[in-house]
Amino acid sequence: MSTYNPSNPLVRWIDHRLPMFSFMNEHLTDYPTPKNLNYFWNFGSLAGIILVVMIASGITLAMHYTAHVDYAFNSVERIMRDVNFGWMIRYIHMNGAHLFFVVVFIHIFRGLYYGSYKAPREILWMLGVAILLAMMATAFMGYVLPWGQMSFWGATVITNLFSAIPLVGEDIVIWLWGAFSVDNATLNRFFALHYLMPFVIVGLVVLHLVALHRFGSNNPIGIDVKKGSQDTIPFHPYYTIKDTFGLGVFLLVFAGLVFFAPNYLGHADNYIEANPLVTPALIVPEWYFLPFYAILRAIPDKLGGVIAMFGSIAVLFILPWLDRSPVRSATYRPLFKLFFWILVLDCILLGYVGAMPAEGIWVLLGQVGTAYYFAHFLIILPLLSKLETPKPLPTSISKPVTGGAAPAAAPAE
Amino acid sequence: MAENAQTGDGGETRRDFLHLATAAMGAVGVGAVAWPFIDQMNPAKDVLALATIEVNISAIQEGQAITVSWRGKPVFIRHRTADEIEEARTVDLDDLPDPQADGDRVTKENFLILVGVCTHLGCIPLGQKTGDVKGEFGGWFCPCHGSHYDTSGRIRKGPAPANLPVPEYEFVDDTTVRLG
Repeated sequence: MSTYNPSNPLVRWIDHRLPMFSFMNEHLTDYPTPKNLNYFWNFGSLAGIILVVMIASGITLAMHYTAHVDYAFNSVERIMRDVNFGWMIRYIHMNGAHLFFVVVFIHIFRGLYYGSYKAPREILWMLGVAILLAMMATAFMGYVLPWGQMSFWGATVITNLFSAIPLVGEDIVIWLWGAFSVDNATLNRFFALHYLMPFVIVGLVVLHLVALHRFGSNNPIGIDVKKGSQDTIPFHPYYTIKDTFGLGVFLLVFAGLVFFAPNYLGHADNYIEANPLVTPALIVPEWYFLPFYAILRAIPDKLGGVIAMFGSIAVLFILPWLDRSPVRSATYRPLFKLFFWILVLDCILLGYVGAMPAEGIWVLLGQVGTAYYFAHFLIILPLLSKLETPKPLPTSISKPVTGGAAPAAAPAE
Repeated sequence: MAENAQTGDGGETRRDFLHLATAAMGAVGVGAVAWPFIDQMNPAKDVLALATIEVNISAIQEGQAITVSWRGKPVFIRHRTADEIEEARTVDLDDLPDPQADGDRVTKENFLILVGVCTHLGCIPLGQKTGDVKGEFGGWFCPCHGSHYDTSGRIRKGPAPANLPVPEYEFVDDTTVRLG
């Protein structure tokens, strides 16, 4: 695709020495993209844009934040009251974190539904799971920084997870804290790492994109497109405009939250300064951790719970080898489609259970939900690969539109 | 639509218009969002709230000077002696690099109030303490690059381009001065 020949002589001069214009042309303009992508394919670029917003607002907040147990809470309140537009920038950062997870979860379920993790995109998928892990670590450490009650007790509970490790657990926790409890040393290192991690994520995103552009996007039908055929259209203007439109819709939601319900997704207890001597009545993590929290609490054993919680992410790493069906898209896999939606409901159930106190019916529901989550990946998917008879695949991605087969655009049920 | 009607052109004009409108909207949006991110670096409300201070000057004896911190900078308040005032008033303005009469630099002639930051490169001149070097003109001497200021805080010799600035101030009563 080296047909790129800019007319501007300065651009040509630079590009000959530093091929940045032809690189952008190859990956943002001419880049051949399947013509049948639906709106679920907006969420990748959207996640990238939120990452930039988070870094911009985060660096700004760091200009005013003080990472010290005596000053952290007040410095955040100062940002809210005294710093010019500080309230807005902090609300952008807070709600941006929530929406980052919304967008990434939709992006992940898109991948699950359309089989985007299958060959030859296994490493692309695994890099995505690594990004999710890095995001979770970043969000957790960021939540500690305002040094409210939820910050402190969330940090205490999560770091104590590591004490479940046999023999060295206690030493690891003290090493993480740099003290004998969550303290100033902990806050300082969390701030340093919270500042570092987004750039690690940027690096992972670059690798994610390199892997993506190796074979190009999957598509709702899940069959390979023929490069240079009628199957693909250039990224610009077709998908730049579609992504821009999606961004506009997203920004409406984002601005709605920031300006009209900035604390809707947060927890009121975090506006009480951290008190190491009093634990709030109910410790609830942020909503995006709730399903994992439910899995943690479902296992009536400390080490077992921790293993299950990390296992719920680890199982995603090996997903490409658990689902052996050669058919990617759920559109052509009636049974897989059914179980996919059960998995979605299961994750929502786990999220709900995670927000409830660990007693009575919620314990049982959490255990059933956890069992089903693992059964989906470890039992149902391998079995389906053998037992399911997929529907016949079209010969080209144009077929369902022009040939009158089943509509394949949206995973609507 | 209107352009289509005017030119009778099928696609190009309309698409160009949409591209321009999108880009313009994007530019306005980015600009609107950029401002808060720039403005957040300006002094915050709590910083502005400390921009005015009141200083009690009743304890400064003749010949003494105090330094107070105002907007993060030292402010020199010197209770001048009669000799110093005399010296500052009689100097020929034509001899000064930055001509300014002593009378224009004080409200009450015995109290000289200056921002104590050398106008060369921002060091703090010596001359506040009794043992300090006061320079060749009995005022202040900047140790960084050797600027000499006289008893009215005017530059007399050295690389500094201007006199030590006089801050905004007023006497609230005989013993209190409000800076800012």
